[in-house]
Amino acid sequence: MDILRFITAGSVDDGKSTLIGRLLYDSKSIMIDQLEAIEKQSKNKEDGEIDLALLTDGLRAEREQGITIDVAYKYFSTPKRKFIIADAPGHTQYTRNMVTGASNSDLAIILVDARNGVVEQTRRHSIITSLLNIPHVVVAINKMDLVNNSQDVYNNIVIDYAAVAISLGLKDITYIPISAINGDNIVEKSPAFPWYEGESLLHILENVEVANDINYTDARFPVQYVIRPQTEALHDYRGYAGKVVSGIYRKGDKITVQPSGLQSIISAIEIGGKEVDEAFAPQSVVLHLSDDIDISRGDVIVQSDNQPSVENELDVLLCWMGNKPLIAGNKYLLQINSRITRAVVKEIEYKLDVNSLLEEPAPEQAALNDIVKVKIKTASPVPFDSYKKLRVNGGAILIDETSNVTVGACMIQ
Amino acid sequence: MSQHRLDYLDQLESESIHIFREVAGQFERPALLFSGGKDSIVLVHLALKAFRPGKFPFPLVHIDTGHNFQEALDFRDHLANAIGEKLIVRNVVDTIKEKNLTEQKGKFASRNALQTYTLLDTIEEFKFDACIGGARRDEEKARAKERIFSVRDEFGQWDPKLQRPELWNTYNGRIHKGENVRVFPISNWTELDIWNYIKRNEIELPSIYFAHNREVLEWQGQLVATSEFIKLDEADKVSVKKVRYRTVGDMTCTAAVESTASNIDDIIKEIIATKTSERGETRIDDRVSEAAMEDRKKNGYF
Repeated sequence: MDILRFITAGSVDDGKSTLIGRLLYDSKSIMIDQLEAIEKQSKNKEDGEIDLALLTDGLRAEREQGITIDVAYKYFSTPKRKFIIADAPGHTQYTRNMVTGASNSDLAIILVDARNGVVEQTRRHSIITSLLNIPHVVVAINKMDLVNNSQDVYNNIVIDYAAVAISLGLKDITYIPISAINGDNIVEKSPAFPWYEGESLLHILENVEVANDINYTDARFPVQYVIRPQTEALHDYRGYAGKVVSGIYRKGDKITVQPSGLQSIISAIEIGGKEVDEAFAPQSVVLHLSDDIDISRGDVIVQSDNQPSVENELDVLLCWMGNKPLIAGNKYLLQINSRITRAVVKEIEYKLDVNSLLEEPAPEQAALNDIVKVKIKTASPVPFDSYKKLRVNGGAILIDETSNVTVGACMIQ
Repeated sequence: MSQHRLDYLDQLESESIHIFREVAGQFERPALLFSGGKDSIVLVHLALKAFRPGKFPFPLVHIDTGHNFQEALDFRDHLANAIGEKLIVRNVVDTIKEKNLTEQKGKFASRNALQTYTLLDTIEEFKFDACIGGARRDEEKARAKERIFSVRDEFGQWDPKLQRPELWNTYNGRIHKGENVRVFPISNWTELDIWNYIKRNEIELPSIYFAHNREVLEWQGQLVATSEFIKLDEADKVSVKKVRYRTVGDMTCTAAVESTASNIDDIIKEIIATKTSERGETRIDDRVSEAAMEDRKKNGYF
């Protein structure tokens, strides 16, 4: 049994909350008391029917206003897999929320309303999916019951979407006709679509291959914490604690510490206090080196024959998440894994229209939810990989040092 | 590459250890909130994996309402002692006396709301900048929206509308003086994940998690242990039943479930078969309103 993290992209109108409610309900992840609670709320609202969407609206303001404020996480599991759903709302601040939910997702479900086909919103969701490099996409064509379960309607949407996917370079796309409200093709394959040859949505989610998404070639180990017991018995113990974000490390490997460039050899690897011969992503481990060299939090230990870029000028695709606008020349803190360094946004090269992919050159500033291409200069060199190549060492956040708020998501080019 | 695959419990464990080490790396005075309940016991085991052979870079802290199960308190002291880590206990009773607070009245008079005062005082006393807790997102709808690093203002308040975006595995723990961060390393675990992890790692638990005979009061379909903290009326139906606890909170607001499960395997079977959620079955305090948890969190509750 492993874990699949996925995001659902779509608005309430597309039936997104109904779809999630349906997955939870039909996989028996909703308990009686939770169902009773939403039944009670449905009655409070005086419209009678049980509203599965209420399962995903967690806060009072959301229930009162019928909106979703923030990313909510939902859990269910089958004998095959544990699932973590990032449910990002479709209303205001959509880009910011979808980017947040997408950053950890293995798969995106893009909901298309069969009556409307591929619309601007579909493109926007797909562009974000592509920018965040989500490895797998399921295009769920919903509300098929409202178009008489028509194969022609379905086929035309598939053809339209395929063109979008090609333009964005999306890979591994699966199409599926569904009716979330009726539960058609959600858990079981539905007889409503005799012409559909694929499997049910849950079957697809259970079987998509995610183990191959982990990069086992480019080994990166950001040091989080140095364990030094300094007791009599463990006087010389010095362990570098962190998570192998990618790749494999073995005892005896020649390593380099970045950005210092110091070199050593792995003398031991521990997992949960036990010595092992190798460690691989995404294990949290302790590394020991044969030399007593200067290493601290924020340094990255890499294989000497496979190095990241180490630079202080970064080309970044930036999703702006701050309420105050970004203006060229502003200074922030840049945090990539455990490393924090001062940074200045030197130049905003262009703004990307997330509906059309058109570039607006040299905008004066970037506002909340804008995606812009920027040049960032850092106070000290940063070890990184391009986000396209290695998501786990190419994503960084910008922090406003005066408010301490996270204001930007950086995908380093 | 099949030999390089982690199963779901290993993935969850690694994620939680990573979060623990981020706390150690980012904060000067963290604390681990430890009650002797199963979730905080799992936290302690994860911390052992994150920091041994070193000492924990934080003390264990328990805010004792005075309404706890003795078995949980004994286990709390036993575990802290066994691992040789510092345990700080602060009592809600002392806060009530010092600050002249008014206790709730009624049959199940709870100190749940009052413990927030003691927690905030304790944070102030030790200048804690981060408090690690065992909350999980599957427990409750408001928790489903809370970040792993959740910033609280100087009154301990959570503002769900002003949460920081949390991307990849990058946690922003920067705060202003007076603020603190609540950190939830097992956010992504479910109740069943916890039990499966306890089983795999043979983690010891307080005895009340296993079926035992106990005198209970039947109240609105729930079984509440009789104790000095609960006022019995003549009409109350009291009997001895074989029960276990699915969660361990205050005696005034935690209900038991009828069960014959005397070992972890049987408990896991019962949890897989159950039709009621963990909090729904065992927490009397969430029944107050639809937004009971949300309101408590906004007011500084853990």
